[in-house]
Amino acid sequence: MQSLKLVLGAGATLVVFGCATQQYQAAQSMPSPGVKFGKPISEADIAPWNIDVRTSDGKGLPAGRGSVAEGKLVYDAKCQSCHGADAKGGPVYGSMVGGIGSFTTNTRVLTPGSMYPYAPILFDYIRRAMPMDRPQSLSANEIYAVSAYLLNLNGLVPANAVMDQASLPQVQMPNRNGFIVDDRPDTRVVRCMTNCK
Amino acid sequence: MPAKKGASPGIVVDKLRVPASMVAPSTDGQDDRLTNASRRNFLRRGGTIAGSAIAAGATGISMSQAEPLAVPPSNLGYGRPIPESEYGVPSKYESDVRRRRTDVLKNRQNFSDWSMTPLQHQHGIVTPNGLIYERHHNGTPDIDPKTHKLVIHGMVKQPLEFTMDDLMRYPSVSRFYFMECSGNGLTDWLKAASTTVQQTHGLLSCAQWTGIPVSWLLDEAGLTSDAKWLLFEGADGAGHVRSLPLKKVLDDCLLAYAQNGEMLRPEQGYPLRLFVPGWEGNVSVKWLRRIKVGDQPWHARSETARYTDPMPEGKWRQFSFEMECKSVITRPSGGMSIKPGMHEIQGFAWSGNGTIRAVDVTTDGGNTWQEARLEEPVLNKCLTRFRFPWDWKGSPANIASRAVDSTGYVQPTVQDLTKVRAIVGFVQHHNGVFPWSVSASGEVKNAIA
Repeated sequence: MQSLKLVLGAGATLVVFGCATQQYQAAQSMPSPGVKFGKPISEADIAPWNIDVRTSDGKGLPAGRGSVAEGKLVYDAKCQSCHGADAKGGPVYGSMVGGIGSFTTNTRVLTPGSMYPYAPILFDYIRRAMPMDRPQSLSANEIYAVSAYLLNLNGLVPANAVMDQASLPQVQMPNRNGFIVDDRPDTRVVRCMTNCK
Repeated sequence: MPAKKGASPGIVVDKLRVPASMVAPSTDGQDDRLTNASRRNFLRRGGTIAGSAIAAGATGISMSQAEPLAVPPSNLGYGRPIPESEYGVPSKYESDVRRRRTDVLKNRQNFSDWSMTPLQHQHGIVTPNGLIYERHHNGTPDIDPKTHKLVIHGMVKQPLEFTMDDLMRYPSVSRFYFMECSGNGLTDWLKAASTTVQQTHGLLSCAQWTGIPVSWLLDEAGLTSDAKWLLFEGADGAGHVRSLPLKKVLDDCLLAYAQNGEMLRPEQGYPLRLFVPGWEGNVSVKWLRRIKVGDQPWHARSETARYTDPMPEGKWRQFSFEMECKSVITRPSGGMSIKPGMHEIQGFAWSGNGTIRAVDVTTDGGNTWQEARLEEPVLNKCLTRFRFPWDWKGSPANIASRAVDSTGYVQPTVQDLTKVRAIVGFVQHHNGVFPWSVSASGEVKNAIA
């Protein structure tokens, strides 16, 4: 097949080489076929699946509450076997404590305390993914409690803290402003062909 | 590729072994590089040499460096009968061609883990379904398509539910796209930790994906005017989620139910996955059960604490979705051994931002580059094969490829990337030029550092 390159404006190159590409281009601009096979469903019926939390403000957090002390009990019963005592690391996963301030060093230590910009990430992730052998098995109270316990171990809430849908989003996380929007391409390499070194 | 042990140095062209003396010497006497003229000769000789060898035999003018041929047993009896039904598998002699977990990082469990594609064994641009790399966050679920459902809700006029039968009633769209994990290469930024290209680049695969545009179902549900971001959620034990901007979803994202002509493999999201062309693999959420429409991202763990890139001054780059232009030589590559003589350097190039415009190859450690030939088809956001003839004279060499995409972006080196990013810990989005060293004895090794 003969290749034909058409150089367009703004540096874009369109490569045309027979039927395969033409089919591709047709597919990309394929309009909606106008058929509708979806079945209407109410938000109420979706509720058992509707488990996401918008972590920046806690939207989607359910009712319930849990304390640091209650969280230690839940943790020791259901988390410690993989994550280790006091969340310092176990047979399956490393430490979930510490690392705050480490990002400007040569060894960045990633824990919920050091890394999460928003505390409700704890609730969202624990609910959907933990424990790995029985995800979605913890009650809202248990998840709030474990979240409180982990936040306390990281020094981010006091020992008498109670987490719920109002208090959890209020916890100030140290990495709150640690993220920057994707600004790539961040390299502009010259295509050197000879005497490049 | 190398000549048989004990035979005189030669090359294999179109499956005929040809004495090295029949190949025109490089007109460039200074090093192993070939001039454009001699490369063209090599490219032409595939046909020319084969033709003249046959002609020589026909006229009775011949010499032999080979043993008398034995009639193979396969000529002398029944082959395997056709079974009543079966699913065909590769030859038993190809049993070493397998997906493999990384041999550099030992994960302490294998549910949130990954396995890698043996790129050094891939022919053409399509990865066989059983070799497409895996990355899961809590293993591979086994989902019955009769019970699987997809729901679309949130900022829509009418929430909708779809069964797999519903989804497969729509007209289908099939497109070839590469898929690459953002973590591809993370073990080999500043030290040569991996041996083979499977281990350095094998979180990369390419397939023809079949499904329906997500936009069709969003149209059906009716987006409200403030819809800007969508959450995609899996039915796996991690409930893996990612937030994606509406613009990309409407542009080219697919709800895929098939790959390379058959329904998705379980490890690829059976019976339904999102496919996001050109973007990091983990946003193509597998075992897709739910799409929620919103007006801002959710900032889940998978898009804050994971799948973000360390940047200078303790910062992290977030929502770095595109897999930028990249290439790698797969033959010869790490763990292989070559003999002096002609070789066709082969490899892959790809870009999440468009098509591959050119690939350059160096055989002198990056001082001189020459343009390789691209093999058609050259498709948008798809693996592209390149090839480059190389007369290796037997002295130590350092070979690498460098791709340019349709935006004009030139694949950087690790040194270029190190200047603008923080290469510390598990660093995503390694699209640096990747060199292999060839020793005087022909051993090919990872030479990233």
